[in-house]
Amino acid sequence: MTENIKIQVKNLNFYYAGNKLALKDINLPIYEKRITALIGPSGCGKTTLLRCFNRMHDLYPGNRYEGEILLDGKNILDKDVDLMELRTRVGMVFQKPTPFPMSIFDNIAYGLKLQGIKNKTELQDRVEQALKEAALWDEVKDRLNVSAFSLSGGQQQRLCIARTIAVKPEVILFDEPTSALDPISTSKIEELIVELKKNHTIIIVTHNMQQAARVSDYTAFMYLGELVEFDSTDIIFTKPNKKLTEDYISGRFG
Amino acid sequence: MDKANPYLKRAKILEYVLKVVLGTAAIFIGLILPLTIFFVLYKESSLAIEHFGVLNFLTSTDWDPVAEKFGGLVPLVGTLIATFLATLIAAPISMGIAIFLVELSPNRLKSIFSTAIELLAAIPSIIYGMWGLFVIAPLFGEKVEPWLQQKLGGVPLIGKLFEGSPTGIDVLTTSLVLSIMIIPFMSSVVKDAFNMVPPIMKESAYSLGATKWEVIKQVMIPITASGIAGGLILSVGRALGETMAVTFLAGNVNQIPKSLFDPFTTITVALANQFTEADTDIYLSSLYFLALILFFMSFIILYLSKFMLLQIEKKWKV
Amino acid sequence: MSKNNKIKRQIENYVFLTLSFLSAGFGLFFLFWILGDLLINGFKYINLDLFTHDPVPPGMEGGGLKHAFIGHIIITFLGTVIGTPIGILAGIYFAEYGRNSKLASILRNIVDIMVSNPSIVIGAVVYAILVKPVGHFMGIAGGVALALLMIPVIVITTDEMMKLVPKETREAAYALGAQPWQVSFQIVLKAAKVGVLTGVILGVARISGETAPLLFTAFNNSFTTLDVTKPMASLTVTVFQYAMGPYDEWHRQAWAASFILTFGVLIASITARYLIQKKRT
Repeated sequence: MTENIKIQVKNLNFYYAGNKLALKDINLPIYEKRITALIGPSGCGKTTLLRCFNRMHDLYPGNRYEGEILLDGKNILDKDVDLMELRTRVGMVFQKPTPFPMSIFDNIAYGLKLQGIKNKTELQDRVEQALKEAALWDEVKDRLNVSAFSLSGGQQQRLCIARTIAVKPEVILFDEPTSALDPISTSKIEELIVELKKNHTIIIVTHNMQQAARVSDYTAFMYLGELVEFDSTDIIFTKPNKKLTEDYISGRFG
Repeated sequence: MDKANPYLKRAKILEYVLKVVLGTAAIFIGLILPLTIFFVLYKESSLAIEHFGVLNFLTSTDWDPVAEKFGGLVPLVGTLIATFLATLIAAPISMGIAIFLVELSPNRLKSIFSTAIELLAAIPSIIYGMWGLFVIAPLFGEKVEPWLQQKLGGVPLIGKLFEGSPTGIDVLTTSLVLSIMIIPFMSSVVKDAFNMVPPIMKESAYSLGATKWEVIKQVMIPITASGIAGGLILSVGRALGETMAVTFLAGNVNQIPKSLFDPFTTITVALANQFTEADTDIYLSSLYFLALILFFMSFIILYLSKFMLLQIEKKWKV
Repeated sequence: MSKNNKIKRQIENYVFLTLSFLSAGFGLFFLFWILGDLLINGFKYINLDLFTHDPVPPGMEGGGLKHAFIGHIIITFLGTVIGTPIGILAGIYFAEYGRNSKLASILRNIVDIMVSNPSIVIGAVVYAILVKPVGHFMGIAGGVALALLMIPVIVITTDEMMKLVPKETREAAYALGAQPWQVSFQIVLKAAKVGVLTGVILGVARISGETAPLLFTAFNNSFTTLDVTKPMASLTVTVFQYAMGPYDEWHRQAWAASFILTFGVLIASITARYLIQKKRT
């Protein structure tokens, strides 16, 4: 099959405030409309790398990037990049559900309103569409105006996914999206993520290797801030090239 | 994405505008206001400063509106005495209350007790003053102080503190009422500091067989030392600037008290009683000079308190 | 470990824990003593005249404190209206924009100090800025003085309550492409609104009990006035004047006014505390 590169990471170094090197010379392709999993022991830099793709690190002062991350050929680490625009192209779902203190409807509509969409019918259509895509529509269609906090944890997480896809991002970042959820909610979210790759490029950080194996097409194994190995998920989990990868996959450390 | 989306453009312009508005509000309250207070007080007191000189003013006991001779020593010393005595009473009791709230009170009643103690801080200071005048002053003037005088008046050294005619309008009652007012400030700061001590630290002491008091004395108090100091200094700062409670009870007599039963004055008492009566420029300016001294003292003391509290927060806050 | 030593340690434990109990008792004793006196002496003098009549000439029986109630409400209202927006705006700045700035954290500490700044000093300063140039005491000057006392309280509570909003919620809003002001106003402030409201209640409770800053600004007035450019009576200043005065009728009315003032302030404080506790858990 032919694969298009959506994002190309080139010689990326990342320093946290205080000059602490957190990512070392990362080179990595992210293929379009595929799911790429970032795995590795905690502290290996997988979440740090994920948060580079929407420049979340810029919220806190002193953080510094070197190298390039090319999104459709344009370096998103350039100074002139509009972060607000970048973040509407690259959406993110967090470890814990992050509903906003407003109704279910307003949660989904929030990102749309940020872009100046005010037309009521359009908002309603897009909210409905997003909720359907997130497989939440049937559960909430009768109570769109109640507070988002009234939903269960798994529903809240799907709400956050719906909120992210409502603005039609090209790329969606998942940061351990199921780590706070029970197994049933987890499998629903996993099904959803697989479904989403029809229209979106997906990067997911997970510390659950079975999850990486179940959902992803490609897997990057990271260790101590470096990318150890990147390949198709099949190869990483069956016949990895590096000893370190094999040790980690087989549970010998981590 | 359409870069020319007018809505996004407007959101960005609003971002700049609001950042300026919010920043202005913050700078106003954090910088402009304290500086304004300082400069206004300085300007208004410049007449007195020129006329008497800083050192002369601070060492003179004069307070003669007719001869237009003013000095700040008496109210300054009065402020320090009342603050010192109030803190002396309040400090051990506040520690006791904090220990009670954190370690002894049954869990269910904790919030009720701490609310009750904090309500002491919510009662307006004028209520303390009026209550002190109508209830404490007669009680002390007629019963407690004569009794104290009889019991302790003859004791060498400290006997001198109980001389004079007890009226209830004096150093003792002022300091007592003042101490009740500052207790909630110190106890709530110490309580918060105690609550920051990680349970593991306490548990490891208990597991070695320590008693509750030993855990408090040997683990919690040393760990929270800077927090306790911060709370102590905060209550000193509060006591320095307290006005209404002391105004009712001090007696507004311009003398340095020699006994606990002497009426006296403080900076705040002088201001509250004389500010609107000051009929000459030099009189008003001298009062402003007192206000400047008060502002300066409390600012330094409160800053010190803040500094101490930041130390403990840095260390233990997760 | 010798047996004696063990007994000594247990006695010491017992003694100090008892002292701690007694301290708590001391605090509660005074709280109930004061509230009890207010209840006993204040409650019985409350009557309709107190709210509907202006004072009669000193020394005579009867009359009321209508002038002080109305003045107090006006001055407190002015203080709240001026102080609340400035306080909340500055609080938002410290919580959201000043999070990582050294300068902001210095300013934030100074605001913390301003909370405990002697209120009589504020009165003296407002006198110099507003009253002296105009030439007479004014209700509005009292409102300004109270606003300046209230702002730091609101700033600190707003800041603390907004900082309680989880980092992830803020990040999630940024991740959707929101501008910082949109994150602050549309998400964080909304999530913290109960806390911010609490700050306002605390601020109102604080200023409605203040006397010292009003002495030199709004001063006093024996008659009801709605004109904020004139001297204006307040409950607290009136209590001061009446309690220090020689007349029994004045003392009775001072007790009654104190009763109403104190329980009003305490109810506000308890409400605020309750809201904060609910927010924290």
